[in-house]
Amino acid sequence: MIVFSSVCKRYPEGREALKDVSFEIADGKFAWVTGRSGAGKTTLFRLIAAIERPSSGGIVVNGQNLASLGRRALPYLRRNIGLVFQEQKLLFDRNALANVLLPLAIVGLPPRDAERRALAALDKVGLLDRAKAMPVALSGGEQQRLAIARAVVNRPALLLADEPTAKLDNDSAADILGIFREFHRVGVTVVIASHDPRPIPGVEPQLIALEQGRLLDTAASAAPVEAAQ
Amino acid sequence: MTSWFSQHLAGLQDAWRRLVASPLNTALSLLVIGISLALPAAGWLFIDNLRLAVGNTGSLQQVSVFLADDADAAAIAEVERGLRQAKLGSVRFVPRDEALQALQAREGMADLTAGLPRNPLPDAFVVEADASPEALEAAVKAFAELPKVDDVHLDSAWMRRFDAFLHVARLVVALIGGVFAAGLVAVTFNTIRLQILAHAEEIEVARLIGAADDFIRRPFQYYGALQGALGGLLAVALVTAGGLLLADPVAGLAALYGGSFSLHGLVPLEIAALVGGGALLGWIGAQISVLIHLRRLG
Ligand SMILES: Nc1ncnc2c1ncn2[C@@H]1O[C@H](COP(=O)(O)OP(=O)(O)OP(=O)(O)O)[C@@H](O)[C@H]1O
Ligand SMILES: [Mg+2]
Repeated sequence: MIVFSSVCKRYPEGREALKDVSFEIADGKFAWVTGRSGAGKTTLFRLIAAIERPSSGGIVVNGQNLASLGRRALPYLRRNIGLVFQEQKLLFDRNALANVLLPLAIVGLPPRDAERRALAALDKVGLLDRAKAMPVALSGGEQQRLAIARAVVNRPALLLADEPTAKLDNDSAADILGIFREFHRVGVTVVIASHDPRPIPGVEPQLIALEQGRLLDTAASAAPVEAAQ
Repeated sequence: MTSWFSQHLAGLQDAWRRLVASPLNTALSLLVIGISLALPAAGWLFIDNLRLAVGNTGSLQQVSVFLADDADAAAIAEVERGLRQAKLGSVRFVPRDEALQALQAREGMADLTAGLPRNPLPDAFVVEADASPEALEAAVKAFAELPKVDDVHLDSAWMRRFDAFLHVARLVVALIGGVFAAGLVAVTFNTIRLQILAHAEEIEVARLIGAADDFIRRPFQYYGALQGALGGLLAVALVTAGGLLLADPVAGLAALYGGSFSLHGLVPLEIAALVGGGALLGWIGAQISVLIHLRRLG
């Protein structure tokens, strides 16, 4: 569960990226965070993962009040969040499998178990046959799927994906959203940031629409995508 | 396999991979570390060999016990018993006549002694001692107390000076060792700084997906320790090679002095100390570097 109450975020340079944002995403939900470029979508994700701290307001993630979370507890919060970064942040010095192994090494899984789980995650995103490929040798869509595999390999209860379909053609984007739908089906809370949310068959999404850092019309936020557009 | 063990094994493997990933840099660092460990080790070994070589000549620690003119056979036997009880080494009786003959045998001494009205030399005992300078001093005092002993002469001033010299030399080696140890820590510090810069991206991503500080530090700590240990091994190889090169000339030198002496190399404990010390110093350098530079990365 994610709860924002009156969250403001002002970056050191002075720009206010989020202004008095309050919302709640219940466990198991599928939520879109939408808004134009610069609306504050990535900022919102960075606040959820405690990469940034709010200037004011309170945030609760997975039952933990982030304000009272010490530096030492941060890693454990993040291990329970699957993060797909807007810029993906793949490591280009190692192959696809090694990229997916990193989160498992972090939690200290023995190598054999880790490899089995990493391959399963690659399989889930359809990259099993590209396990030994270096990221540069992967297409944009494949890189995106690799980033998803890395995010889900630790089986997080919460999956955050920042513009996972931005650079993809329609079919590839649909593939990716299909993957997220599968995670949603098995109970994972999925939050996707996109300036262009699409309907996903069989999913009733929650909508969190931002405009210049403000939440738009909170009443509409629970409505399906079509209604917001 | 426990998670703790596998995490440390992974850290070690990671460190090894990073070491072999840039062989030239690694080789240069190892050379610097190897030499800075080899120099004090060689100094230490040199002193040890010098001590043994000088100790080998034996005649240095000689106690001469001169008897009174009126010592009769019974008194002489009495003194001999006393000397033997001290168990310092071999005891030899030198009658006054033998002493005179020995003196006359020396070049230029014959004329001098020929004019003497009578043999001025006393009977004496010579004790070839194998003992510490302190024990010898005590023995000399005890011998002087024996009846019919006129004078006790300890031929060990040279030995004392040599001991003092060894002491100073060891201090110098220790100081050099300390300076080079600091150098090793500094070299590792810098190597790890570069390593951290080279892995900045990986460190950032690992942190973002939940890596604790320990996880990020571990490969660098192992890197420092591993590099130090390998440097220690290189130092062992350098010192051993040096010893082999010197073996023949030293044997030749010993032969000129009419003795036989072979250099002794590093014993297992010293090898372990070099490798372990290298690892420890490398770990310290890495730890300092990691604490400073990882904080700077945020
Ligand atoms: N690290 C930062 N320092 C200062 N200002 C920032 C920083 N990150 C974002 N901003 C500013 O905060 C605002 C919101 O940025 P954010 O990245 O959250 O937008 P976004 O909705 O993700 O945009 P996009 O769709 O382009 O990714 C922007 O005006 C941006 O310039
Ligand atoms: Mg963004």
